[in-house]
Amino acid sequence: MTQQKDRSEHLLQVEELKKYYPVRGGFFRKKIGDVKAVDNISLELKKGETFGLVGESGCGKSTAGRTITRLFKPTEGKIFFEGKDITNLRGSELRSLRQDIQMVFQDPYASLNPKMMVGSIVSEPLVNYGKGSESSLKDEVMELLKRVGLPEDAYFKYPHEFSGGQRQRIGIARALALKPKLIVADEPVSALDVSVQSQVLNLLKELQAEFDLTLLFIAHDLSVVKHMSDRIGVMYLGNLVEVADADEIYKNPKHPYTQALISAIPQPDPRNKSERIILSGDVPSPQNPPVGCPFHPRCPEAMPECSEKKPQLKEVNKEHRVSCLLYD
Amino acid sequence: MSNQEALLEIKNLHTGFNIGGKTYHAVKDVSFDVKPKEVVCVVGESGCGKSVMSLSIMNLLPKHNGKIDKGEILYKGRDLAPLNDNEMNKIRGKDISMIFQEPMTALNPVLTIGYQMDEVLINHTKVKKEEIRKKSISLLKQVGISRGEQIVHEYPHQLSGGMRQRVMIAMAIACQPQLLIADEPTTALDVTVQAQILELITKIQDEVGMAVLLITHDLGVVAEMADRVVVMYAGQVVEETDVDRIFYDPQHPYTKALLTSIPRMDEEREVLNTISGIVPSLTKMPEVGCRFVDRCPEAMPECRQIDPQLGQTEKGHSVRCLLYDASHPDKKTEVR
Repeated sequence: MTQQKDRSEHLLQVEELKKYYPVRGGFFRKKIGDVKAVDNISLELKKGETFGLVGESGCGKSTAGRTITRLFKPTEGKIFFEGKDITNLRGSELRSLRQDIQMVFQDPYASLNPKMMVGSIVSEPLVNYGKGSESSLKDEVMELLKRVGLPEDAYFKYPHEFSGGQRQRIGIARALALKPKLIVADEPVSALDVSVQSQVLNLLKELQAEFDLTLLFIAHDLSVVKHMSDRIGVMYLGNLVEVADADEIYKNPKHPYTQALISAIPQPDPRNKSERIILSGDVPSPQNPPVGCPFHPRCPEAMPECSEKKPQLKEVNKEHRVSCLLYD
Repeated sequence: MSNQEALLEIKNLHTGFNIGGKTYHAVKDVSFDVKPKEVVCVVGESGCGKSVMSLSIMNLLPKHNGKIDKGEILYKGRDLAPLNDNEMNKIRGKDISMIFQEPMTALNPVLTIGYQMDEVLINHTKVKKEEIRKKSISLLKQVGISRGEQIVHEYPHQLSGGMRQRVMIAMAIACQPQLLIADEPTTALDVTVQAQILELITKIQDEVGMAVLLITHDLGVVAEMADRVVVMYAGQVVEETDVDRIFYDPQHPYTKALLTSIPRMDEEREVLNTISGIVPSLTKMPEVGCRFVDRCPEAMPECRQIDPQLGQTEKGHSVRCLLYDASHPDKKTEVR
């Protein structure tokens, strides 16, 4: 897995990250268990790349994104940003880290303060970090709004006056304001219609090239993730089950779950109805995940040892890592 | 009268909502039909009127402000639009049933699954009292729920989203309906569960021999399921033809733009096509002219003055666009 290599070559390095939420019950609200939302993921982001994190609801991809940005405190594991350990940063150090890591959220209706003017929303990060003088602030925000494709008078309007796609542009402008190095986009287009979705995806791609951003793109829609990403990580029940180049994942999926996931996506082509792998059952509860491989109860290729031994992420091809006993 | 083969025929349907004393049409002049055992997909973005259209068929519009203003909904030749609730109750669930997007809100949270399933059978069939529970359990088996005996005693919140949607389907097919209306049945579900539900709908459709009117925004689902496709935009049908021609010979500029704006797994594209702007809101819809004109890459000056009509461009292919209007000088040739 992760050799002891120079960590500064990657912008972000995550090592064996875990995030458990306590489950409380009983009269004294004692801790009676853990929801293992993220159960051991390791990944690294190169400068300027887009890493797509894909998985179904409840697989822990959002928790992973928020733990990496240090909105949540990790239960175990290490996070390195530009070679520096940020796992346990606190106070002013954590505050200054936030300049470099920004986030775009899923719901453009809930992530903008309805009582604030768009101008104030976008300038707030600049004000908070004392960037820009009062006179230059407005120009700078206007410039940003223009860059993300909003009209100039947007500055004096309120979020409710905008459509979903435009609100997402406001959220993107806010994330860009501090010129961060890493943006974590958590399902940025899943609330949007297809015709608007493509506008926002194109914008994110343009901005990434222009501002030299590294992007952690989290989504459930594999077609969108593949379009956006250089590399993709597939998550299942808190575990990263496969990591590879976007093309490689699509053309040569190794993990049975990835294979099923790709085959389950209906293709917009009536002449190409490929054979589907239909998984039985539902995703098990992360509070009580199966012993051994988390996927084995639904896996069409499960072997007896899958219920005993938990597979580790191992390289099978160049830059292609799978966590499955079939390839062990 | 009308086309005898059609199971459901919608003719010039106008559904209006009263907002501030003025009537706005969420569905304006929609016509299409569904033949027996056929899968028709209605596709469009949010706000295109596809759900209002399906609620109009079932007569489930909000009573205080929604109303069918004009047009006919012919089910086996009988107009459903003027029927009252009592008459509709005999049709809903028996001849036409419906499943919804969010199975949690469609099921009653304080009643057991068994109670809700039995209710359908009690209301619409002559199954004997002691047989009803057995029939409910066998219906659950039919939709792939193996522990039906236990599930009937459980409440909706104890089931996962996919299981709830299976229960909804079991209830919908309890009376062997001729037509199933499915309004975004898989939108709230994960892809692997969506694959299960779509396969189930296809299997059930085969067994029961019913027609399916599937309403969706997902073109992948359309390609997978449909025999025929109706594309809606801003309350109107803009294109209607068989599934192959929608994907391989789309004619309306909106359909074309929609198809090229989705990212696809099997293609490498740097930049996606976009449709500029957004769908105009119900209250800001242009009074005359094409409703797509502000976003259309091929718009002409006259598009703002003339209401385009849905017209046939070739056999089994209708388009609402001036580019294909026979009376227009720039009309495109029929076979391209």
